[in-house]
Amino acid sequence: MRITIFSFLIGVLFGLGLLIAGMLDPAKVQGFLNITGNWDPSLAFVMVGGIGVSLVGLKLAGNMAKPVLAELFVQPVSQHIDRKLVTGAVLFGAGWGLGGLCPGPAIAVLGVAGMDAAIFMVCMIAGLLAGRWISARL
Amino acid sequence: MSINWIEFTPFASLFGGIAIGVAALFMWLLLGRIMGVSGILGQAVAGEGAGQNGWRLAFIIGVVSAPFGYVLVAGDFTSRMVASPVGLAVAGLLVGLGTAIGSGCTSGHGICGLSRFSVRSFVATCCFVLSGMVTVFILKSGGLA
Repeated sequence: MRITIFSFLIGVLFGLGLLIAGMLDPAKVQGFLNITGNWDPSLAFVMVGGIGVSLVGLKLAGNMAKPVLAELFVQPVSQHIDRKLVTGAVLFGAGWGLGGLCPGPAIAVLGVAGMDAAIFMVCMIAGLLAGRWISARL
Repeated sequence: MSINWIEFTPFASLFGGIAIGVAALFMWLLLGRIMGVSGILGQAVAGEGAGQNGWRLAFIIGVVSAPFGYVLVAGDFTSRMVASPVGLAVAGLLVGLGTAIGSGCTSGHGICGLSRFSVRSFVATCCFVLSGMVTVFILKSGGLA
């Protein structure tokens, strides 16, 4: 139960962070990616803030034997830089540039952006499921 | 290249980023999980791992609630769509496919991975940012954005 409550609160904090940062505004995201045109560097500051806090926090926490509320840390398995990683990232970037939404913001705007958000979400879930299927067979 | 000073919001974006970083940090230190949204959503939809969907759904509901609550309390905020419904459908499909095949998105690779000095995440982040920039360049050149 505690895990569920904290997970919800972490989601709320993340959603507010995305909103304050300007990540729920697809035009602003395109403005960041528009580096050869009239460039809006704001989203670089999102990365600096996010990575900075997370990095310092992880250092301060040191080597914990286990997380506060769970039994173990679930580490990412793969360590390889392979064709899947690069191909996937390139496809994702193309969609991000075209729609101005990545998965977090796509979820966050669900309750406030009407049909546009719903269309993106349905197709993103279809893509996630298809991608998982393809990924397991590559 | 020129700087778009009218749109530039360094402080808001930095503070928003800090909130995102704190959320990612808490997810790791409290739950022992990487706050990678594409992974959390993909695994929730696929129902991966027994008894793991509770915290995933709670997180997703939290993410949806935040802007919804903000609008109720503070009124509107800026969210300007840049693509037509067909464009959004294609974009959503590409984002889903790409993050599933590339094992992560802006949060998982871009924030969590980079703050853990993951070389894999560094490569992925460079690839999706570059690909996004090329895509926007093509759209702008063709008068489509």
